[in-house]
Amino acid sequence: MAETIQADDVVDPVAADEAEPRAHQPELRAPGESWKRVGFLTCLTAGALVFLFPFYYMIVGALQTEPNPDVSGAFPDPSNLTLDNFADINTALNLPRALLNSGIFTAGVILGTLVIGLLAGYALAQLEFRGRGVVFSAMLIVLIVPFQLLMIPLYVMIVRWYGLADTHLGMILPFAVNATAVFVFRQFFMQIPKDVFDAARIDGASELQILMRVAIPISKPALLTAVLVTFIGPWNEFLWPFLITKETDMQPLAVALANYISNVAARAANPFGAILAGATVLAIPAVVLFLAFQRKFVQAHLGSSVK
Amino acid sequence: MAVAARPPRRLINRIAGRHPVGVAFAAPYMIFLVVIYAYPIILAIYMSFHDYFFAAPGAHVDRPFIGLDNYITAFEDPAFRRALFNVVVFLVINVPLTVGLALVLASALNTALPFRTFFRASYYLPYVTASVALIGVWLWLFNSDGLVNAIIGEAGPDPTWLVNRFWAMPIIALFATWKQLGFYVLVYLAALQNVPQELYDAAAVDGAGKLRSFQHVTVPGVRSATTLVIILATIVGANFFTEPYLLTGGGGPNGASISPVLLMYQEGIEQNKPGYAAAIGVILAIGVVVVSLVNRFLLERD
Repeated sequence: MAETIQADDVVDPVAADEAEPRAHQPELRAPGESWKRVGFLTCLTAGALVFLFPFYYMIVGALQTEPNPDVSGAFPDPSNLTLDNFADINTALNLPRALLNSGIFTAGVILGTLVIGLLAGYALAQLEFRGRGVVFSAMLIVLIVPFQLLMIPLYVMIVRWYGLADTHLGMILPFAVNATAVFVFRQFFMQIPKDVFDAARIDGASELQILMRVAIPISKPALLTAVLVTFIGPWNEFLWPFLITKETDMQPLAVALANYISNVAARAANPFGAILAGATVLAIPAVVLFLAFQRKFVQAHLGSSVK
Repeated sequence: MAVAARPPRRLINRIAGRHPVGVAFAAPYMIFLVVIYAYPIILAIYMSFHDYFFAAPGAHVDRPFIGLDNYITAFEDPAFRRALFNVVVFLVINVPLTVGLALVLASALNTALPFRTFFRASYYLPYVTASVALIGVWLWLFNSDGLVNAIIGEAGPDPTWLVNRFWAMPIIALFATWKQLGFYVLVYLAALQNVPQELYDAAAVDGAGKLRSFQHVTVPGVRSATTLVIILATIVGANFFTEPYLLTGGGGPNGASISPVLLMYQEGIEQNKPGYAAAIGVILAIGVVVVSLVNRFLLERD
C-alpha cells in the first residue's frame, strides 16, 4: 500500500496550482456527434442536480414554517417561509457555544498542524538527518491506519488515563497533526532549491532562523492549502468528540446536532425545520470555504493522491 | 554550497546526519505518531487479550490475561456476525458504484467542458460537508412521510426505508457513496493526468470510438488508482459509524444495520467491555489489510 503513494509520483501542489488538469483535446466530430454531446451534457447536468438537490432541500426545509414533505414542498412557498427554525435550534442547542466548541476544536487542530506539521515537512524536504526515511514512511502508513483500531485505546488513554474527557485538548489530540498537510508542506519545500537555504546558512543563520525568516515567508500558498485540507476534518468530525464529550457545554456543533436529532427532536414542534436549520449552520462554513478556494482544495487533493 | 559540500566531521553529524537539527524539527511529529498511532495499536492488541474493563479512578483492579476469549466471543456474537455481513453488503453496493461512477465522472470532467468548475464543485460538495448535516436531510427525504415516498407513492417499501430490515443497509451504502464520490473522482482525475494523450490518439487512428478508447486506454491506464480507490473504499466501509448511529437510529431496525464500529461503541464504552471492543477493532484491521492485499494482488498481477 505504502508503495502506491510515492513521493516522486505526486503532483507538486503549488506548481500545479495554476494549471488546470490537462483536458483531452476534443476530436473533430462527425455530424451525429453533436447529439451525443447534448446527451452527454444532459446526463452530467442531471447527475450534478441529483448531487446538489439535498443541499437545496436542506435550505428549503430550514426555511419552512410548516414542514411540507410533499413534492410541492420542494419549491419555496413565500407564505410558508420563516427564520424561526434557526431561532429554535439556537435555543435548543446553545448554538453560539456549540459553534465556539467547533471553532476551538478546529483551530487547535489547524494550529498543531501548522506548527508541528510545518517543522516536520520542512525537515523531511530540506534537511538530511538520521531517521528521515522512518519519519516519511510513518507519515504514509498513518494515512491508512483505520480509526476503528485506535478508537478504543485512544478512549482509554485520553479519557481514563489523562482525564481529558469534556476538554478541548482531548478532542484535539488525536487529530493534532493532519498527515495530508505534512505531505503538502513536504512537497512545497521539495520544490524550493536547496541553494536558497544554503545561502542563509553561509550567512550564519541557524536552522530555526532560516525556518522563520526564509521558509515560512515563502510558504504562504502551502499554508493556505494546509489550512483548507485540515479544516474539514475536525469541523465535520462526529465520532471522536461524540465519544469523549458528555457535557453539552463542551460539544461541537456536529455532536450537539446529532444529539438533538436522536434525543430531542421527537418532542419539538417542527423537528425537521430545526434539524435542517442546524444542518445548514453546520454545513455553511465548510461549503463556503470550499467554494471560495475550490482550486486550492482540488489541487491539494490531486497533489496528495496517487497519479 | 561550501557548507553543504563540507563532509560531516563532528561526532554529532556522524550520529544524526548532516543536519542534526532535522531530528529536533521532526521530533514533535514523531512523538505525535508514537503517542496517537503506534502506542494505541499496541494497547489495542494488549487489551484484546485481557479481560479489560473500566474501574473507578485510582482503583487497583486485576485484568487477567484471557488469551483468545475476546476473539472467540466476537465470532460467536450474532451482533458481530451481522455487523460483518453488513460490511459485506455495504462494500458490494458501494465499491462497484464508487469505482464505476468516479471513473466515468472523472473522464467526463477531464474533457473540455462548459461549466467544468460548476460540475466539479457539485460532485465534490458532499465530500466537504459534515455527515451529520447531510444525514439530517436524508432523514427528511426518506422519512415515512418524506419526499421520496411522496414521489413514488405506494411503490415505497413497508415498513418505510430507514426502518425496513432489507432497505436500511442499501440506503446507508448509497448515502456513503454519494458522500464520498467526489474524493474518488479527484483520485481518478489525478490518475488521468498520467495517461498519455498519444494512447488516445493511437486508439483514434485505429478507429476506436469513445467507448472503446475508454475501455482499452482509460481503464487500464488508471489501474493503480483503481486499486487505491478500492482499498480506501474498503477502509471507509469497515469504519462507518455515523450512518447507522444517526440515519437508522442506532443500527436499527432491531440491529439490522449495525456496523462494527457502532458495535465497538456499544460494547466497549456503553457496556464497559473495552477489551472485547478492542478485539473487534483488531479483527477489522486485519480484515482490511487482508482484503487490500488480495485486491491489490488481483488487480495488479500481470
